[in-house]
Amino acid sequence: MTFGLGQMAEMLRENGESAVVPRTGMTAVLTAFSAGAMAFLTVFALALSIATGKLADRWEAELANNATVRITASEAVMEDRVATVLRLLQTTPGVAAARALSSAEQRALLEPWFGPDLPVEELPMPQLIEVTEDTSGFDVEGLNLRLEAEAPGAVLDDHGRWRAPLATAAQRLRAIATLSIVLITGVMAAMITLAAQAALAANAQVIGVLRLVGARDGFIASAFVRRFTLRALAGAAGGTLMGALAVSILPDAQDSAGALLTGLSFRGWQWLWLFLIPPLAAAVAFAATMHAARRALRALA
Amino acid sequence: MKGANSGGRFVIELDNVAYSYGGGDLLGDVSVTLEPGSFHFLTGPSGAGKTTLLKLCYGALHPNGGAVRLFGQDLAGMDRDDVALMRRRIGVVHQDCQFLDHLSVADNISLPLLVSDSDMLAHAPNLKELIGWVGLKSRAEARPAELSGGERQRAALARAVILSPDAILADEPTGNIDWDMSQRLLRLLIELNRMGKTILVATHDLALIRAAKPHVQARVLRIANRRVQLAGSDL
Repeated sequence: MTFGLGQMAEMLRENGESAVVPRTGMTAVLTAFSAGAMAFLTVFALALSIATGKLADRWEAELANNATVRITASEAVMEDRVATVLRLLQTTPGVAAARALSSAEQRALLEPWFGPDLPVEELPMPQLIEVTEDTSGFDVEGLNLRLEAEAPGAVLDDHGRWRAPLATAAQRLRAIATLSIVLITGVMAAMITLAAQAALAANAQVIGVLRLVGARDGFIASAFVRRFTLRALAGAAGGTLMGALAVSILPDAQDSAGALLTGLSFRGWQWLWLFLIPPLAAAVAFAATMHAARRALRALA
Repeated sequence: MKGANSGGRFVIELDNVAYSYGGGDLLGDVSVTLEPGSFHFLTGPSGAGKTTLLKLCYGALHPNGGAVRLFGQDLAGMDRDDVALMRRRIGVVHQDCQFLDHLSVADNISLPLLVSDSDMLAHAPNLKELIGWVGLKSRAEARPAELSGGERQRAALARAVILSPDAILADEPTGNIDWDMSQRLLRLLIELNRMGKTILVATHDLALIRAAKPHVQARVLRIANRRVQLAGSDL
């Protein structure tokens, strides 16, 4: 069963059909509450989907362009070993740039775990070389062999070992968030269908009277559809507003470490996504009620 | 609708109709024709199938055998929307009236206008006149539950005729009302018949049939042994 927007608009037009169905408090509350709760959850699923999407994209981009060479050596040979590795990297096809991290940069990397006062200079720390790939990339296996032969103690970390699973996890989280929206939509459709069925069953006598006076199925269905669609629209608008408020008061963090947990927010045009939720809920209610009404009218015929 | 305005020779025609319910045969080999402008009473004992036959006449039930033709159109070839359109040409009055209790009497009477997309404003004077005709002017804004049995029947009759149908079917319309009110309702039905409407009244009240005798040329059909017979000559 398919419906065009024109038919939907016609059915929602105020023309007296809905007045023939008595107001039933329970189904009205259930429909509005279901739509509101589902819209609230959809806001979070949407925020999660956007946050994980951003995270996956960022990690994938970083994974594709960066690698690190870690040099473990005694203080006496460290300087030579660093120079060897840098020279080797400069002659490696696919490497765009290579540079040794300063003590300050290495301290900054360790700061989240050991605090700001770590005396890096006094510790037997490995030296890190940041490697930037060009678009063609380099031969990881070949570089490993050369490092092993020319600079013992130098180990290439192409970040793939730990970035790849994270990027995959972020992608899957995004897929799960998208699936959640689909499931939320399905649950809302099911709940509104149940509420509509209850209303239709409770109004079997009304349907009988309408048929007696010559009402067509479309007229009877639209009396119920209009009411349920508008209730879902109102409920979803309320739920979306509450969800938006809840997301807006979440703490925000710009750094990548906190991006997943504290990045559940919308920026700029992303807020516009929320305007889609109430009409989507109304469309789901329209389709669910229409389906329930058609079935009930067939059964009551 | 396919041929909605096409007429047949008969307003309603039951041709060798059979109807069974719950494993038992309620009606068998029933043939009835209602000509335009005719007045028929349908009588018989309780449970004989009067209500069933009436429902077959306006498409609320479908026969198990034979054919029902409304205005020359076979019911078997109609979908639910076709039947709904056909029903606008047949006004029905039930014993229990069947109103929408949350609406006023006036709104209930005008319900057929609403469902048929008629111009409500254009019909407003007719509605007022109709409510006056059935004597419910002072009760127009009341709820159906506040009406007496006779008032409910008259409201149901007003609702049945508001679209100016070709036929009026009434199922035990005087079943729950006193004799004076029955007479008043009968007079309204006779008046409608004089306007050219086809009338079929199912009743077990023979006194009502006898009371109609001086005023209308009516035929009496009697259901017995699952069949319909002409009970006697014209009253």
